[in-house]
Amino acid sequence: MKIFLSILLTAILTENFVLCKFLGICPFLGVSKKLNTAVGMSAAVIFVMALATAVTYPINKYLLAANDLEYLQTIVFILVIAALVQLVEIILKKFMPPLYNALGIYLPLITTNCAVLGVVILNITKEYNFAQSMVNSVGAGLGFMLAMVIFSGVRSRLENCDIPKFLQGLPIVLISASIVSVSFMGFTGLVEGIFG
Amino acid sequence: MESIIIAVIIVSVIGIIAAVGLTVASKLFAVPVDEKAEKIRECLPGANCGACGFSGCDGYAAALSKGDTTDTALCAPGGNETAKAIGEVTGLAAGDVKPMAAVVLCQGHNINAVTKLEYQGVKSCRMATQIFGGPKECIYGCLGFGDCVAACDFNAISICDGIARINPFECKACKKCVRTCPKGLIELMPLEETRAAVLCKNHDKGAVTRKECKAGCIGCMKCVKVCEAGAVTIDRFCAKVDYTKCTGCGKCHAECPVGAIDVISLGVKA
Repeated sequence: MKIFLSILLTAILTENFVLCKFLGICPFLGVSKKLNTAVGMSAAVIFVMALATAVTYPINKYLLAANDLEYLQTIVFILVIAALVQLVEIILKKFMPPLYNALGIYLPLITTNCAVLGVVILNITKEYNFAQSMVNSVGAGLGFMLAMVIFSGVRSRLENCDIPKFLQGLPIVLISASIVSVSFMGFTGLVEGIFG
Repeated sequence: MESIIIAVIIVSVIGIIAAVGLTVASKLFAVPVDEKAEKIRECLPGANCGACGFSGCDGYAAALSKGDTTDTALCAPGGNETAKAIGEVTGLAAGDVKPMAAVVLCQGHNINAVTKLEYQGVKSCRMATQIFGGPKECIYGCLGFGDCVAACDFNAISICDGIARINPFECKACKKCVRTCPKGLIELMPLEETRAAVLCKNHDKGAVTRKECKAGCIGCMKCVKVCEAGAVTIDRFCAKVDYTKCTGCGKCHAECPVGAIDVISLGVKA
């Protein structure tokens, strides 16, 4: 139990995917303008990360590792995740229209997102077992959501500021993103401190 | 050599499985597309303004197609042409859309209105309202920070001399600004018809209103007495015109001592 909690907290805070590992920056900058789109995107990311881990873990263990083909991880995982997300999209459209309407437009955007690919590959390099991998991917998704929600708040503040002309637009967004990122360095050692 | 062959086989097999799976799934779980809704959707202007009361143009088209509503006249931006087009597709009677445009009922611009404090906060009407009702002495008046300008999808609103003004030629009567204005100053008025409008929402007593704004309605009842159609009423020291009764004769405008009532013909070029 302790190890799961430690993995979860590590994924959310100390090794936040967006702010510490700099994965998934594209949606982080692109979809963080409004809180509701940020939450919708993050929900889709959590969903896809968990799903991708659940599928790629057995593929890696019984297909790739069994045949000494670990070097094929990247290409096989991209293929599997992309197909999987398409399939889920079709099924959602048929059976859960409200959920499809909420996640629908964000699902295709994250099929080949580096954060999704990153989490499944990191699960393997860290040698987690299946349950630990699942906890890590959900934690990574939650961390993504935390970063998105915090940053959408920062951006709504930026809208109301008198920004010098040479910093308007993307420059000020990148600068504030880096400040948020630096603030997450404060969590360093937190998990080790709690769980020893 | 053998390992390469295995690698190629594994990747190809995964690819083929994914392709076949997706093809089967797209056939198996295909959602029937509502052709009628698609056709109705093509008639609509696609502004997604929500004036019809549904979630955008797709929502309205789906509701019409399913029979949730039979009213073809709900699309304000499209007007009568859209209602006619929808009527042709659905076979329903084409409703009559009364063309409307939004009007800001305030004349408290920089010269008329007295300011009570210098506001340096966030430039938003909603924020400014929370600080003593805004920087103007009159707490009912337009603040001119442009929340309605931001809400308008059609660029119909601009700020002139510190208050919002709506261009009736651009306005599509989607009511977004009506919902946005924290003071509730924006109302819809019939287009291309001459009507008297009370350009004030100040509910303070006359003597107080006088000190707050030069063009504020003081509730003197002169307009009520002079109106032959009985269209003008006074509600809490502020006149109100019933646009369905008003004939646009202009007598109230001539009588008003502060100039709070104006006779306007929206959408008619002078």
